[in-house]
Amino acid sequence: MTATPEQKIPFEQWDAPSGEWTLPGACPVRTNRTLLLEAATRFLFPVVLVFSVYLLIVGHYAPGGGFQGGLTAGLAFVLRYIAGGGSEGVEIGSRLRLRPPVLMGTGLLLAMITAFAPVLVGRPVLSSAKVSFLGVEVVSSLLLDVGVYLLIIGVVLDLLRSLGSGIERDAEAGQGERP
Amino acid sequence: MSTLVTLPVLLPILGAALSVIFVRQATLQRLIGIVVLVAVCVVAAVLLVAADRTGPVVVELGGWPAPVGIVLVADRLSALLLLISTVVTLAVLVYAIDQRISDYGRDTASTTFHPIFLLLSTGVSLAYLTGDLFSLFVAFEIMLAASYVLITRRTNAERIRSGMTYVIISLTSSLLFLTTIALVYASTGTVNLADLAGRVAALPPGLRTLLSMLTIVTFGIKAAMVPLHFWLPDSYPNAPAPVTALFAGLLTKVGIYALLRTQTLIFPGDGPSAVLLVLAVLTMVVGALGALAQNDLNRLLSFLLVSHIGFMLFGLAVDDARGAAGTALYIVHHITVQATLFLVSGLITRRTGTVSIDQMGGLARRSPVLAVLFAVPALTLAGIPPTSGFVAKLALLQAGAAGTVGTVVVAGFVVLASLLTLWAVVRVWIRVFWGADKEPLPDDDPHDELVIGTSKTSAPMYVASAALVAVSIAIAAAAGPLSAVTERAGADLIARVPYLEAVLG
Repeated sequence: MTATPEQKIPFEQWDAPSGEWTLPGACPVRTNRTLLLEAATRFLFPVVLVFSVYLLIVGHYAPGGGFQGGLTAGLAFVLRYIAGGGSEGVEIGSRLRLRPPVLMGTGLLLAMITAFAPVLVGRPVLSSAKVSFLGVEVVSSLLLDVGVYLLIIGVVLDLLRSLGSGIERDAEAGQGERP
Repeated sequence: MSTLVTLPVLLPILGAALSVIFVRQATLQRLIGIVVLVAVCVVAAVLLVAADRTGPVVVELGGWPAPVGIVLVADRLSALLLLISTVVTLAVLVYAIDQRISDYGRDTASTTFHPIFLLLSTGVSLAYLTGDLFSLFVAFEIMLAASYVLITRRTNAERIRSGMTYVIISLTSSLLFLTTIALVYASTGTVNLADLAGRVAALPPGLRTLLSMLTIVTFGIKAAMVPLHFWLPDSYPNAPAPVTALFAGLLTKVGIYALLRTQTLIFPGDGPSAVLLVLAVLTMVVGALGALAQNDLNRLLSFLLVSHIGFMLFGLAVDDARGAAGTALYIVHHITVQATLFLVSGLITRRTGTVSIDQMGGLARRSPVLAVLFAVPALTLAGIPPTSGFVAKLALLQAGAAGTVGTVVVAGFVVLASLLTLWAVVRVWIRVFWGADKEPLPDDDPHDELVIGTSKTSAPMYVASAALVAVSIAIAAAAGPLSAVTERAGADLIARVPYLEAVLG
């Protein structure tokens, strides 16, 4: 946070956080909150996401790729769920406007389009080409990896929804004990 | 042309993606499934014509040449099986869609059913088309993962139990398959099927036999070959009718196809294989006797399925062009007729409210259409002339008669197993369709898809079943050209040269 002349932040508060330390939208009435975890998640979440994108892009030449990147990004959401989620799925549900199946479908669709696209220029299915993009050499199969990345994030979110908040909701409704 | 070969694999994935995205639009979802499968049918037909006229159609994925990259190959056998499988899948989808509409209403969309159904179709297509042992493993995994979902949807405790048997046995066979691939790769340094054909021949005989037996056990589990069949009559009958029809029609036959492909291409023998002949006899007899002891209609049909796997093993065991041709023809016939019987069994169950044969009766008078729909595929399965079953069995018997003393003896067992099949289906006919009219039983658990004891059955379910009956009649009517194609396919399989030349150049 850099101080602009308009804001006039006092010198002692130059490193004060601009937002809440806890997770936005986290259920305020929950009794078993772990503040330490919530605050740590606040820091870790963007870092893990950026690292997952790094894994996604670097995957063509070094260890990484869409699957690994997607799982890493998924873990970031798992962390948020553990810190702020609950039976209502407050944390994930309140922040996420996209439904996980749609994310999965979009990823799969992107991968399939990338698979078919070379046919349009007379190359075999699934072949890739190097493209110079803003001075950086990018392989066109990166798009396929992006599709896989989205697909895996969708799968993790769907698991969090069904096996995470879904089960907790069942347990609270007293349906947890089945024959 | 070569791009076409990828379509049967990629189009269903595309369809699955679209039907997940349009998860709220129930009608659109149904339409996507049907359009995709119709498109794959057309592509498969074109591939069959092309493969029959000009030899195998090969595509190198990503432009990587054969032994290094992955190839998809559509030769006569795979294109033919792809075509018939997709036709059956399409009919089953229409039946399933209509069952879902009449049970849950027109507006009920599903996040899982349609995408998973299409993914299963992808797995089946890939299994037929791939020219690479590891892709074959991937194909089986796609197929199995999809089938785990389909067999355990809308569950009750009993189905979870039988689903677990199915999942555990499938995982075991996948593990064996993976081990086999590792051994094959360690000993030859390649997983390309065409490349393996040459390299496995150079291995010591003991190692070759080991690898060959491992593939027989692996695919034998998937094909439900006796004594590896015990899981099938336990798990299949506990799924909803369309799912059982799809599994019974396709999954076991994909196992047989994989056996046929690997045994002829990688492990060509010199003459009839004694092991396979014994296994064929065991499978035929144990399956048929098991069927005679059943009172549950679906379990009875499952045992008959096991029994008829033996017929296909017999053609494979004869190990010449006629035997391979007979097996190919039998697979085509059996995919159609077995799926039809399970669909009709679903209709019967909806009519009577039970799967127990003892509690049914007098259906012929109450529902003559159902009686015809059952009678035709039942007689086809038993192999009464002039049905497609007769044509396929004739091809197998001719192959057996032209072979050694051993194959002639086993051909006798083919006739015996056919008679036992006839006995089993006639028993069903007498108890279910003749006799005193019994009142339909009420549905004791309306929430499962298994037994729906109402007479709520809409016309398209009959139409889909009737369409499959028509397909099996068409197979009998087109027996001449069809058996000519399968004979050429069988000759290709034994000669190996067209496949090897097409892939390796």
